[in-house]
Amino acid sequence: MNLGVNPMSFTSSSASWKSGDGVSDQFPAGLRVLVVDDDPTCLRILEKMLRSCLYEVTKCSRAEVALKLLRDNKDGFDIVISDVHMPDMDGFKLLEHVGLEMDLPVIMMSADDSKNVVMKGVTHGACDYLIKPVRMEALKNIWQHVVRKKKHEWKEKDFEQSGSVEEGERQQKPSEDVDYSSSANEGNWKSSKKRKDEEDEAEERDDSSTLKKPRVVWSVELHQQFVTAVNQLGIDKAVPKKILELMNVPGLTRENVASHLQKYRLYLRRLSGQHQNGLGNSFMGPSDPTFGPMTALNGLDLQALASSGQLPPQSLATIQAAALGRATNKSAISVPLVDQRNIFSFESPKIRFVDGQQQHNNSTKQVNLLHGIPTNMDSKQLAALHQSAQPFSNMNRHVHSQSGQSNSLLTQMVQPQSRTQILNEVGGSHVLNLPSSVGQPVLSQAIPSAVLGRNGIDNVHGPTYASVSQPSTVVDFSRSQRAELPGNSFSLVGNSGIPTLTSKGMLQEEFNSEIKGNRGFVPNYDVFNELNHNRTEDWGLQSVGSNFEAPQHSNLQGRLDVAPSVLVQPGFSSDRHIGIPSVNKAPFSAADRVVNTTNLSQPLTSSLPDNPLRIKAERLPDMGFQNSLFPDQFVQDDLMSALLKQQQEGIVQAEADFGFDGYHLDNLPV
Amino acid sequence: MQRQLANMKQSLFDQGYLDEQFIQLEELQDDANPNFVEEVVTLYYRDSARLIQNLEQALEKNPLDFGKLDSYMHQFKGSSSSIGAKRVKIECTQFREYCRTGNAEGCKKTFQQLKKEYATLKKKLEVYFQVARQAGPVEKACRPK
Repeated sequence: MNLGVNPMSFTSSSASWKSGDGVSDQFPAGLRVLVVDDDPTCLRILEKMLRSCLYEVTKCSRAEVALKLLRDNKDGFDIVISDVHMPDMDGFKLLEHVGLEMDLPVIMMSADDSKNVVMKGVTHGACDYLIKPVRMEALKNIWQHVVRKKKHEWKEKDFEQSGSVEEGERQQKPSEDVDYSSSANEGNWKSSKKRKDEEDEAEERDDSSTLKKPRVVWSVELHQQFVTAVNQLGIDKAVPKKILELMNVPGLTRENVASHLQKYRLYLRRLSGQHQNGLGNSFMGPSDPTFGPMTALNGLDLQALASSGQLPPQSLATIQAAALGRATNKSAISVPLVDQRNIFSFESPKIRFVDGQQQHNNSTKQVNLLHGIPTNMDSKQLAALHQSAQPFSNMNRHVHSQSGQSNSLLTQMVQPQSRTQILNEVGGSHVLNLPSSVGQPVLSQAIPSAVLGRNGIDNVHGPTYASVSQPSTVVDFSRSQRAELPGNSFSLVGNSGIPTLTSKGMLQEEFNSEIKGNRGFVPNYDVFNELNHNRTEDWGLQSVGSNFEAPQHSNLQGRLDVAPSVLVQPGFSSDRHIGIPSVNKAPFSAADRVVNTTNLSQPLTSSLPDNPLRIKAERLPDMGFQNSLFPDQFVQDDLMSALLKQQQEGIVQAEADFGFDGYHLDNLPV
Repeated sequence: MQRQLANMKQSLFDQGYLDEQFIQLEELQDDANPNFVEEVVTLYYRDSARLIQNLEQALEKNPLDFGKLDSYMHQFKGSSSSIGAKRVKIECTQFREYCRTGNAEGCKKTFQQLKKEYATLKKKLEVYFQVARQAGPVEKACRPK
């Protein structure tokens, strides 16, 4: 076997690398590849070829299994190669999920070499597209994608980070980079990494483990604190150092804050961008691939809200989440609005944003994809939730056409599970009920947290929903749930919330997928979960959701508070999507704005009940689905149940709106 | 033995039964996996038998679901091309073209043809591997002229 890539030859290059990122000398040997293909013949051949390249290969014939593997082993893989046509999940959905959740480079392959399919791969963020039958030569160089991505991340990080955190970043970078490649040559890299880290170590050293910094879980509270601090300082003046001081959280490093801030900014940008889009502006997507969607979204509600300080951090999170979620959803749904699409794309970035590290990558990935993005979010959240419910959202979102990679898988997987779960969970808190009438704003707000997680899209829905006038549908959803929500959601959110959330998250995802498939899952789940990475996404989403609705809905205010309850969101997101198809953005945004982060989990419960009801009355007509969504407070459970209901009720409308739901989020004015 | 094997392979290539991809597979064969190619081909025949069955059933329906047929065939084509089954692949392409134009008769006829090629290749490869095993592990990939 002639191994094109000569590990040795890399020594020199990797040497330079080492300084930069601590890559082992043996790179790319040991590159950890995950291959997904339902065709056993191809799979076997690929495995053999990759082994010949001295890569570490893990093969899998089902996308869901692949996602699970990826989720269970964060940092366990360097690159993913996936087939486009798979029975259980569309390859693009998987692509989206991976992009959103893990931000790994993904290579698509197919016997289909038609231009549009290849284009789809590109738009969904695949870093390469191979035509089957795959030749050895093509596989020999896949390591370049790993390197490129890492470099990109670093650069982004640098770029985004303010000068003060440069140090931290530098540290982060190496760590990131190290993480990325460390798996390949654990021994070598780790040691080199360690060495390097030690050298670079700055005061942050203790806080951030050099090699693998322990991931900071951006819980709802933490995020709220963060957002509060940011708002206090002013979005422009917010520098990690000051934020850190204001937050006064022991153990939190400036780096953590810096990376979180980065994501947050991207998220906001996305929202504003989306918002604009949703509003009918030109499609942002293409122009600003990475930020397209995000900006729209961010720009829209979140930012406005955030800056004005009205938007509670939570809502922002929710909105973001929603936006993120939306993004996913959007793609799934036939997005009537182009803008909406953007949102999706935004959302995806958002998700990433949340993640923190991947942010840039994600957004890039996502943005281009319109579809893909949402999935990412979902995937991330899903990941979190996955445990309980399989990424529901994935499915939905992806359905749309996006990356299909994870989403489709996820949704599929999730659905069955999440449904049940959601149902169970939701039963208690029917968040869905709430939204109902409140109209969009309410939804958005409430949901922002919950929904955001899920949908990012939900928020987006606001605007789009208008068209759909689903209120009834939404209401239905929320109906059942409403009553229960207030109380339930919180509990969920609270402590058990997390577990619930997870499931919820999953459920939501499912719902999302179910809902329309487009909705994409509200990443928010993660937020609650604290479990995973998703968290970051969640809040992004969540806030998105909230922002979205906000401006106009004063009622929602109560809701927004809910947003903090991010936990709730997850559930919401799903609801959102479903119901909100036509939700007006405005309502949501208002609602979002209103929501004060203060509530966040605890207040949520209380606020929820108030808000949803209020909103309901007023908004019903607007929100349609959205209404159901916003009960962020409702906590995922409610959402889930709501969603479930919706689905059961055949939320057709949601579907219609679905498309844009995701987008709407983006439109959230920030 | 070796020569016989080489000749067989040459003829398979000349007749268009196999293409470059087969060579790629052979190149992957090494001491650690001395029967890699045979293993993969066996895997292919086993898995594709299922696809053939699906296609048979789908072709019996009335009216034909071209979308589904195309989807099955796409999978089948992917598999076949990965082992280098050239003639089979050609039939697959033809079949998909008929699906695209909604030509039921064309599909059915092409499918029959495809099955023939598929069976023929299977037999030929069986013999080939038999000889290869007898010839010993020295068999290395060599491109046909």
